[in-house]
Amino acid sequence: MARITMREAISQALWEEMETDPNVFILGEEVGVWGGTYAVTKGFYDHFGPERVRDTPISEAAIVGAAIGAALTGLRPVAELMTINFAFSAMDHIVNEAAKFHYMFGGQFVLPLVIRTVGGGGRQLGATHSQTPDAVFAHFPGLKVVAPGTPADAKGLLKSAIRSNDPILFIEHATLYQARDEVPEEEYTTPIGKAAVHRPGDDVTIVTYSKMLEISTKAADKLAQEGIQAEIIDLRSLRPLDMEPALNSFKKTNRAVIVEEGWRSYGVGSEVAARLYEEAFDYIDAPIRRVAQKEVPLPYNRTLEQMALPQVEDVIKAVKEVLHG
Amino acid sequence: MEKEAYLDLYYQMVLIRRVEEVASQLYQQGKIGGFLHLYIGQEAVSTGLISARKPQDRVITAYRDHGVAINCGIPAKEVLAELLGKATGVSKGKGGSMHMADVSKNFWGGHAVVGAHLPIASGLALGDLYQGNDTVTICMFGDGASNIGYFHEALNLSKVWNLPVLWVCENNQYGMGTAVERASAVSEIRQKALGYDIPNSRVDGMDLIAVREAALDTIQKIRQGEGPYLVEAVTYRYRGHSMGDPERYRKAEEVKKWEENDPIGIYMRFLIAHKIAVESELDEIEARVETEVEEAVQFAESSPEPAPQALFEHVYVEG
Ligand SMILES: Cc1ncc(C[n+]2csc(CCOP(=O)(O)OP(=O)(O)O)c2C)c(N)n1
Ligand SMILES: [Mg+2]
Repeated sequence: MARITMREAISQALWEEMETDPNVFILGEEVGVWGGTYAVTKGFYDHFGPERVRDTPISEAAIVGAAIGAALTGLRPVAELMTINFAFSAMDHIVNEAAKFHYMFGGQFVLPLVIRTVGGGGRQLGATHSQTPDAVFAHFPGLKVVAPGTPADAKGLLKSAIRSNDPILFIEHATLYQARDEVPEEEYTTPIGKAAVHRPGDDVTIVTYSKMLEISTKAADKLAQEGIQAEIIDLRSLRPLDMEPALNSFKKTNRAVIVEEGWRSYGVGSEVAARLYEEAFDYIDAPIRRVAQKEVPLPYNRTLEQMALPQVEDVIKAVKEVLHG
Repeated sequence: MEKEAYLDLYYQMVLIRRVEEVASQLYQQGKIGGFLHLYIGQEAVSTGLISARKPQDRVITAYRDHGVAINCGIPAKEVLAELLGKATGVSKGKGGSMHMADVSKNFWGGHAVVGAHLPIASGLALGDLYQGNDTVTICMFGDGASNIGYFHEALNLSKVWNLPVLWVCENNQYGMGTAVERASAVSEIRQKALGYDIPNSRVDGMDLIAVREAALDTIQKIRQGEGPYLVEAVTYRYRGHSMGDPERYRKAEEVKKWEENDPIGIYMRFLIAHKIAVESELDEIEARVETEVEEAVQFAESSPEPAPQALFEHVYVEG
C-alpha cells in the first residue's frame, strides 16, 4: 500500500490505462500544455504526445460529441469537462445522445466513453461554478454515474470505467484532490455499480458518497466519542445504484441518515430514502433523515456558502434525531 | 472631447490598474476567495468602448469584469467590497469576482460560463428593439468564447433579427493556456462574423483612442438601425488567466514585449503629445487614484458581512 492523494490516484489510473491500451486517449480543455486545470494530467502531454492528449477549444458540446463519435469507431476516449457546471453546455450530448444510443439503435452502437468532470462547492466560486448536480445526471437510464470518495476507489473505478463499454460520467470532487489515503500498489480495479461499507457500526446507518464521505467520517468520529457507532455506506456509483449494503446495514440499525452535497429536493437522498422505505419498511424505527445543501444557488461569501453546505454538525444532529426522535 | 473627459479616461484606466493590483494583494492575503481574473493590460478596451456609450446603452461581459464595472461607473469601493464578499459589494457579496452587476448603471454582468452571455445580449437587444428603445447593447467576450456554440447562435440570431448589438471580442491571444491558433480555425476572430454577414473590424486594443473611435462609429450605425456589428480588439493580459496560473504556455519575453506596449503608457504619451495634459496633471490623477483605492480598501474591509438571512433572499422574486 502507498499513501497517495486522490489527484495522484486518478492520474495513475489514466496513465496506466493509456500505457496498456493505445486506443485510450484524452481530450478536453487545458488537459495538455497546461497539464490539467487540477493538474491531474500533468506530464501527460510530454509523455503521450498531442495526438493522445488533445487540447480542445472551449466547446463542451464538441468535446462530448466528438468523444461519442470516436468511441463509436472503437476508440476509448476519456473526455474531460473542466467542471460539471460546464457539462450543462454538453447536456444534449450526455443525456440525449450518449445515454440513448446503445438502446435506441437496438444494441448496435457501443460507446466505450468516459467523461471525467469535477463537481462540488466550498471554494467560493459562486453560484455558476459550485454545483453538485450529480442526481440530475443519475436520472438518465443508459448513462452510468460514478463518484468516488477515496483515492483507492477513484483509481479502481476509473480503470473500470475506461475498460467499460458503456458511457460513464466520472465525477471527481474539487476539494478532494489533496485527500490522501492508502492505495494498493498492485494492479486492481473496483467494480462500477457496487456500494461498500466504508466504516462498520451498529447504531445508525449513514449513506453517502464523494466529499460527504469525508464529512460523514468526521461526524462518525465525534459520535463514536459519545458511544454512538455509525455504519457508513459509500455508494460510489449513483447509477447503477447498489442498495444492498445500505439495506443490510439498515436492517441491522433500523435508523438511517443520508448525506449528500447537492440539493435535497429530487436528490440522491430522496432516491435512497425511497428505496429504504420500499424495501425495508418493516425495519424502520425512526423517520429517515436527509442532510443536504440548502435550497439556494451557492453564494460567494464564505460564511454564507458554508451555511448552505452540509457540515459535520448537521450530520451529527441528524443522527441524534433518528436515534432519539 | 473636452480636456476633462480625456483626463477622466486616464483616471479610469489608472483606477482599474490600481484596483486590480490591490485585489491581487488582497487575494494573496487570503481575503479574497474563489477565482480572480485580473484585467491588467486590457484596460484600454473597456475604457475606450464604454466611453462611447450613452447612458441608456447596456453593457454585458464575461467574468473578467472588474474593469468593465468601473468603466460603467461602479465605485471602486463597491467592486472591492464584492471581492471581499461584503454586504456593501455591488452584488451584495453573493456574486464575487466573476458575478458583478449593477442594473442602475446599465451593467448587466459579469457572466462566468464562457459564451453563455452572448445569446442573452441578443435578448437584451431584442427587448430594446421590441419596445422601441433608443438603446444599443454592448457585449464583450474573449477570443476563447468564439469557439463555443453560444457565440455562433447569438451572432446568427442578431443578424436574422437585425438586433442593435455591438459584439466586442477582446482577443488577448489566449483562452486560459490555449493560444488562439491552437483553438480557433481562423486567427482573426472577426472573420467569424463574415459567416453571418455581420460587418466587422479589427482595432488595436492597447490604444484607447482607436477603440473609442471604432466604438463611436459602430454604435452610431447600430443605433440608426443598421443591425449588429463585431469589433475585434487585439490586446493582451499581463497576468495569469486567474490567480495561481503556472503560465507554462507562454514565455516571459512575450509578456515583456506586450508590456512595452502598455495601454496606459500609450494613452499618456498621446495626451502629452497632443498637449491635452502635462505630466504633473497626470501625476495628480495617479495620486488621486492612490487615495481613492486606499479608502476603497478601508471601506471594503470595514464593511459588514451579509446577514445570515441573506442566504435565503433573492431565490425568487415572490418568495
Ligand atoms: C462553458 C465553459 N467552459 C469552460 C470554462 C472555464 N474557463 C473559464 S475562462 C476560460 C477561458 C476563456 O478564454 P477567453 O474567452 O479568451 O477569455 P479570457 O479569459 O482570455 O478573457 C475557460 C476555459 C467556463 N467558464 N465555461
Ligand atoms: Mg482570451
